[in-house]
Amino acid sequence: MAYFAQQAVNAISLGFLYALIGLGYTMVYGVLTMINFAHGDLFMLGAFVCLLLVTFSPVALPFPVLLILVMVIIGGLGVLIERLAYRPLRQAPRVSAVITALGCGLVISNTTLSISPYSRAMPEVFDDRYFNVLGVGVSTLQVLIIGVSLALMIGLDALIHKSRFGMALRAVAYDAGTVPLMGISVNRIISLTFLIGTGLGGAAGMLYGMSFPVISASMGILVGWKAFIAAVIGGIGNIRGAVLGGFILGTVEIFSVATLPSTYRDLISYSLLLVILIFKPYGILGRAPNIKV
Amino acid sequence: MSALLEVEDVTMRFGGLCAISHCRMTIPAGITHGIIGPNGAGKTTLFNLITGIYRPTEGRIRFQGRDISGQRPSRIALGGIGRTFQNIRLFKNLTALENVRIAYDTQLHYGPMESLLRIGRHRRSEDESIARSMALLEHFGLAGLASLHASELSYGAQRRLEIARALALKPSLLLLDEPAAGMNTAETAILTEFLRDIRSHFQVTMILIEHHMHLVMNLCDQITVLDFGRVIAEGSPAEIRANPRVIEAYLGESAE
Repeated sequence: MAYFAQQAVNAISLGFLYALIGLGYTMVYGVLTMINFAHGDLFMLGAFVCLLLVTFSPVALPFPVLLILVMVIIGGLGVLIERLAYRPLRQAPRVSAVITALGCGLVISNTTLSISPYSRAMPEVFDDRYFNVLGVGVSTLQVLIIGVSLALMIGLDALIHKSRFGMALRAVAYDAGTVPLMGISVNRIISLTFLIGTGLGGAAGMLYGMSFPVISASMGILVGWKAFIAAVIGGIGNIRGAVLGGFILGTVEIFSVATLPSTYRDLISYSLLLVILIFKPYGILGRAPNIKV
Repeated sequence: MSALLEVEDVTMRFGGLCAISHCRMTIPAGITHGIIGPNGAGKTTLFNLITGIYRPTEGRIRFQGRDISGQRPSRIALGGIGRTFQNIRLFKNLTALENVRIAYDTQLHYGPMESLLRIGRHRRSEDESIARSMALLEHFGLAGLASLHASELSYGAQRRLEIARALALKPSLLLLDEPAAGMNTAETAILTEFLRDIRSHFQVTMILIEHHMHLVMNLCDQITVLDFGRVIAEGSPAEIRANPRVIEAYLGESAE
């Protein structure tokens, strides 16, 4: 029982990380119907930016400052990539934009690889301790991951459902052609979407690097794919779907490792994707696209 | 009093197709102007040119004396031109209230940070935005439906909501693309009165594209007739009704 509870805690914290990354895929898909395949590599960069900040900062930066800096830097980079690489292809066939995104991802990961060919150890950002809650070992880091992710998701949900930006975001997702006629610049909404979406991915990269403290240039690929899977399982384009998908994937992974040989983990997650898509082609919370006349 | 909108010798070509050819139109402030013509005459293309969706191949469009041809649609909308669409283009995933607020909120000024933290100007202007948008819905008889998604509204209510959304921009010029499309004679008569009320209540200049001749002749102060992208006639409703070219191209022998 304690073992089960222990695994549940692990599943929740992993699920939150997948959800945070998945939000970036799903937000961008929502406004552009395009998969930002560079997102996993921006996630990886989040961990490296954190490493750089900790290593080169003359003063020890506290965790919240680090987190905000990482989010702003990675978010800014996301905006820059959209502006330079994706926007010129807005009217081009979707496949061109997707290939460009893959290319951007490869450029980011290979640039990182050329600068840092070997895996690096992530320094401790704060003093991580384990404490015992009813026989279950919980680390400060896990609490932090859950707390930070929860705060970011609640903030995002409020932003999307309550704010002016959120209304515009939902309107762009529904019919981008009509939005400018309401006096709203679609480009500004798309830039903000990239800022927030990739910023969340950067935050996830930093948290992931802290919980699995060996970081490498290639770490974005597999984790990025999995978060993408999570977003698709939940229903790509649907914000709450990405969170749900993240939790499902996190739970499946942790419990398959807990009960089966660990090499089965990815086999099981990818099979899950296939099975869910057969029965729910638009994902669990996804809906068939609106047919625009 | 100078003209509110001047279409100066505008031509719009799509490849080899000439959708609008040397079109000239002058719309003084305060009038209601009708655009009629057969299907494919270029009426909606003209609206797309005025609202900046297309950039004219040749010619210029002036609004309040300023050249707006080639400006981005969002700029033109903020400058005071609102429009509706032939096939309703509401944000159907947003509530009726949100559809109006999205346009109304462009009139407000606060940064995303203030919005995120729900402080400062944001709080005040958000309350104001909701109150003003509700008042607008009230005027259109939609207040009771404010929290419904636009997709859940009846066809007539969607038509009214789209006009309300366009008016939330506080435009000085309102473009209506076939507001009576899909309506029967009785409904069209109600719409005519409704548009008359909007005109006086919001003090807005209107250009409307319409096939219901009764509505056009009743409501409009002046009319332009387009055929194959060319202006073939313009004048008062009485002049248009009597114009032999218009009767031949469009109205037919039995025009009322």
